[in-house]
Amino acid sequence: MSPRPGYVLEVDRTTPPTLFWHGESFRLERLPTGSRVVYAPEPHEPLADPVAAIRDALDNPLGDSQPLRSLLRPGMRLTIAFDDVSLPLPPMRRPDVRQLVIEQVLDQAASAGVDDVVLVVALALHRRMTESELRHALGDRIYDAFAPHDLLWQHDAEDPDGLVHLGVTDRGEDVEINKRAATSDLIVYVNINLVAMDGGHKSVATGLASYRSLRHHHNAHTMRHSRSFMDQDHSELHSSNWRMGRLIAASGIKIFQIETTLNNDAFPEQFRFLQRREWEWSMRDRAAYMGASSALARVPARLARSVLHGVAAPHRMTSVQAGEVEAVHAVTTANVYAQQLVEVDGQTDVLTMGLPYISPYNVNSILNPILVACLGLGYFFNLYRGRPLVRPGGVLIMSHPTTPDFHPGHHPSYIDFFEEVLADTTDPAEIGKYEEGFATDPWYVHLYRTGNAYHGVHPFYMWYWCAHALDHLGAVIVVGGHRATVRRLGFKSASTMADALEMAADVVGPGPSITHLHTPPLMIADVR
Amino acid sequence: MVAATTPGTCLAAPATTAEPGTVPLDPGIAERLAGRRLFVTGATGFLGTALVERLLRSVPGCHVTVLVRPTRRLDATARARREIIANDCFTRLRRQLGDGFDAAVADRFAAVAGDVARDGLGLDDAGRDALAAADVVVHSAATVSFDAMFDVAVEVNLLGPTRVAAAVAAAADRRAELHPDAPPTHLVSISTAYVAGTHQGYATETLATDAMASGARARTHTTVTTEVDIAAEITTIRRLRADREAESRRPERLTDFTRRARKDLGSAGVHLIAERAERLRDDWVRSELVEAGRARAQALGWPDAYAFTKALGERLLVGEHGDLPITVVRPSIIESALAEPHPGWIRGFRMAEPIIVSYARGLLREFPGLPEGVVDVIPVDLVVAAIIAVAAAGPDPGGPSVVQVASGVRNPLRYGQLVDLVQRWFTDHPLYDSDGQPIVVPEWSFPGRGRVQRQLKRATDMLELTERLLTILPLRGERAEVAGRLEDRRLQVERARSYVELYGAYTETEALFRVDRLLALWERLSPADQQAFCFDPGAVDWNAYVHNIHLPSVVQHARVRTTPGGSPVASRSERTLRAILAPDRHLAAFDLENTLVASNVVESYTWLATRHLPAGERAAFAARVLAAAPALAALDRRDRGDFLRSFYRRYDGAPADLLRRDGQELVQQLLLAKSFPAGIARVRRHRALGHRTVLITGALDFVVEGLRPLFDEVVCAELGVDSDGRFDGHLVRLPPTGESRALVLAEYAEAEGLDLGESVAYADSASDLPLLECVGFPVAVNPEARLSAIARRRGWHVEQWSRAATRPPLPMGPLDGGISRWWTRIDHVLRESR
Repeated sequence: MSPRPGYVLEVDRTTPPTLFWHGESFRLERLPTGSRVVYAPEPHEPLADPVAAIRDALDNPLGDSQPLRSLLRPGMRLTIAFDDVSLPLPPMRRPDVRQLVIEQVLDQAASAGVDDVVLVVALALHRRMTESELRHALGDRIYDAFAPHDLLWQHDAEDPDGLVHLGVTDRGEDVEINKRAATSDLIVYVNINLVAMDGGHKSVATGLASYRSLRHHHNAHTMRHSRSFMDQDHSELHSSNWRMGRLIAASGIKIFQIETTLNNDAFPEQFRFLQRREWEWSMRDRAAYMGASSALARVPARLARSVLHGVAAPHRMTSVQAGEVEAVHAVTTANVYAQQLVEVDGQTDVLTMGLPYISPYNVNSILNPILVACLGLGYFFNLYRGRPLVRPGGVLIMSHPTTPDFHPGHHPSYIDFFEEVLADTTDPAEIGKYEEGFATDPWYVHLYRTGNAYHGVHPFYMWYWCAHALDHLGAVIVVGGHRATVRRLGFKSASTMADALEMAADVVGPGPSITHLHTPPLMIADVR
Repeated sequence: MVAATTPGTCLAAPATTAEPGTVPLDPGIAERLAGRRLFVTGATGFLGTALVERLLRSVPGCHVTVLVRPTRRLDATARARREIIANDCFTRLRRQLGDGFDAAVADRFAAVAGDVARDGLGLDDAGRDALAAADVVVHSAATVSFDAMFDVAVEVNLLGPTRVAAAVAAAADRRAELHPDAPPTHLVSISTAYVAGTHQGYATETLATDAMASGARARTHTTVTTEVDIAAEITTIRRLRADREAESRRPERLTDFTRRARKDLGSAGVHLIAERAERLRDDWVRSELVEAGRARAQALGWPDAYAFTKALGERLLVGEHGDLPITVVRPSIIESALAEPHPGWIRGFRMAEPIIVSYARGLLREFPGLPEGVVDVIPVDLVVAAIIAVAAAGPDPGGPSVVQVASGVRNPLRYGQLVDLVQRWFTDHPLYDSDGQPIVVPEWSFPGRGRVQRQLKRATDMLELTERLLTILPLRGERAEVAGRLEDRRLQVERARSYVELYGAYTETEALFRVDRLLALWERLSPADQQAFCFDPGAVDWNAYVHNIHLPSVVQHARVRTTPGGSPVASRSERTLRAILAPDRHLAAFDLENTLVASNVVESYTWLATRHLPAGERAAFAARVLAAAPALAALDRRDRGDFLRSFYRRYDGAPADLLRRDGQELVQQLLLAKSFPAGIARVRRHRALGHRTVLITGALDFVVEGLRPLFDEVVCAELGVDSDGRFDGHLVRLPPTGESRALVLAEYAEAEGLDLGESVAYADSASDLPLLECVGFPVAVNPEARLSAIARRRGWHVEQWSRAATRPPLPMGPLDGGISRWWTRIDHVLRESR
């Protein structure tokens, strides 16, 4: 039986309550009759033999690329770059796709007699991965072969000796990337394309770039004009990356792009109810919901967090393609859309969503208030193609506890951003005046380079990510959030969903249309 | 008693044989005192200041010399200017004279150095000349505190008047030489009406000796006063001081003081503990002497040592110098001014004020007293006017005389009436508690003293017990604050209890002080003088005085909350924070453990040691370290330096390079995860303000290496490395603990040309006191109970920083395949150490 496509349910009197994520827990909310609930398509069938598929992709590249085998020769300099801990979400069960792909690439490199191989985590300005995270992504065999010999690198966007300035695009954008990669005879980039934003020229142009280069597309202006960044053809973020990618290609750097897609099977058997439609819940699902939600709500957030971050997703690979960047990415994007697109008729006045415990920037960490805003307004709001799910001037209601908790090791500059910048202004166009100070702060640079901290400028990017939504929306309401924190973020606070809907009616008028985005699992609303 | 002078030569009193009360005082007071020189002791006190002011303002022609004890910092003139002339008592005169004020003061006011507790008053030649030139000496110096040490009370109150008289007598020849025609100096000695002790009924204006001579009733204070052998009393008391001092130095006592000091301060270092122990010893001697005075006075029928020593002082004065022209003025309880220099003027917190404030705060629910009894209160300006009138009228030709200044007979204020007035006023003008809620004053039931004392004792005992329980618990931060608040509360109740003990007798007094001589003097005044120098107790309207003058003044001086709204505590903490973060600070020093991170050297060690430990051995290892934790903590409390030295032995044999690498990871995964983000932000804030930031910690260098970019200077412990690149488990220099931290900081500041007085230090425990005390702006961070109490008492800034939400459940490094086995050496050491 082929998996069912996405589905838009219209709530009627017989509809059971709808599941809302609420941080480290979840709740059931009864939406008014007539509300719509958008469900993701069911997980696609995975590849039966992923290793064979990988070999096949390496041997039969797309675009004007030769097979990987023929690009490898003894004495060459080979750099294998790969996506960091922010992908996939939640982290997948072992073996990770990166391990499967890189093992095949290394096999071919070994048989071709290549001995100058370095693995580079394409961190951009993300935090460095820990040993256990690297072991998880690459497998112990690769880790033990490379790490002890200092051949497993983490990209350092602040290393003055580790970057090369390749030039400036016709729009005046600096292109500065990792020196080892830029001076290699070949870069093999291994992607996990969880959402349509990932991959393409963005892989190298962003993943291996410096702050000097990134700031050209990671800013309020670009993000306002990326509608959405899940839709490459209408995304200024992608246009900028594509210009940079072409400049990189033009400067003679050879990239062999490998992209993989996963199905949206995000939760293991015991949490299966999280991706089932509520009216189809079995007795077991109900029991699992009751048990999990009451247990998670009762234990301290710290414990709930460590339980949930320990959950590995049963994601499986659905496609792998390799070769020239743009040709590969076209196929990949089509595959992502095939898994994630859901047709939705028309926009809504009020969009509701439950925010889970995880976002790309808090794997094994805390979803701090800034990341809450970014997850709701940056990511979930942008899960659309065509038009936003919510109409201009509409209201976004998010459910999340939004406690003012931060991970001081991972997000040190977020703490100060929250205390200093947001206390002053929440306007993405205004916060720019603080950006330089945070980006060059020696303490943040130190923690980024030697610890596991996100770059000092990263919270600004998270806030820029919200720019499009903040422009578009009439109001943002957080249900069940820490009041002072929600106020600091510039949003409104409601204790219950019913209150939030009342408040929303004040903005959009009485009897508003309501749509609930039932994610995760991930999907993209194709709004007609 | 024989008058030493013939009436004709007496300056003030007109030569007459008539009853002095009947002859009008003409010319008036100001004219009589014009051109006269007055010498005043005790001028820095409440009464003395008011007297000096009144003389300068209302007696334009006189000259005033004050006897002032110089302090270490201020000579007599400077102290007189600061403590007398600068007092708000002079505001009125200052306004009156405008620009001429300073010239007038320079012209008519002088200070000489001296001390009434020394023979000859400690005067130099110039001082003796000033005394010789004096026409009137007003001796108002006294130890008025009811809980003064017995020997001090004896030196000042008992011997003081006689010393002054002796000095005056000794200056007589010099006076004759300098001012051949001048009459002998008139000594006006200020005593107290309460020399009557536990006398019941009318207490007259007579000296005890005269009363005996004229056949007083048996067994009253007068008989007791005259029977006490003063010389023997003084000898005994002086020996008592020596005895108590010797007793306090007995080894058992000294051990006990040191033990208590250590309990208070923990491992704060030898010097601080020694300092505290010495203070405890001093306090012990003090309390023994206070108690000795109280016991002796009560045994002889006085309420306290003050009244007792004053009574004996009168007798000794008259006994030794009866031939001098002497007038003894005995005021009752002196309180705030009725009108002069301005209504409500008061200096210092006196007897009734703390009681009233305690009542208004709801602390003192009851104060013993008889509702129909008389509280003999007299406004200070009435006493001052009476003294000036006495000085102007001159000595009684019949020999030493007494004038009482009291209200009880002429215009009594009943205790019940006073309580009613106070209660009504505070009901209309309540004080507010720390939550901004008005405090309701309790109803008064006029209980006996015993009952009140028992109630207060029970409350103190209960609070003390709770407090002791709380200090045993290892509390920090806000919970430690609770202990601090309890301590405050206990101290307040204890104070209330001491008021009852000290002053209870004054509300229960049954003596009525006659003022016949005072009123006779009053009758002699011209209407103009009566206007200018009012001392008729009948002039006081008690209702108006209590409600409109006294209570508003008390409340203002007590600095209590009289309005709801923002807590003054919060605003003070905001002020100190602003001062701490002012750009002109020089340096900010930080302790690490529990100040910036909620972790310690044991956790760091456990983390590092388990970092490469195989899974199976990790839990057992951690359990072993945890099991040793109480013993380690006890050692740490005893001596931080010893603890570090012995604990760091466990690093013996550990590969230095590996630990340096792991150290970076440790900062990230343990220290930052357990950090106080607000603390890290504060370090950065200081840096941004241009202050030097210094980390002073007993942690090891490779543990704190990752924090180095936050600081300009890191002072930490360091282990030696042997030739194989392994740690040898020995520190290469003294670890910065206790006092050595203060020394290190002082050295650094000096080398860098920074001023510690302009610097800030952050620490969490009493063992960090040396560090906190050496800077101008100490900050207690999440203080444990002892430091919390100290910080509250000294008004230090307190920060309550919350931990990050990331707290690893166990201080263990992430799992590793097991490439290093340095822990096996530690294991060995651990086993050996058992």
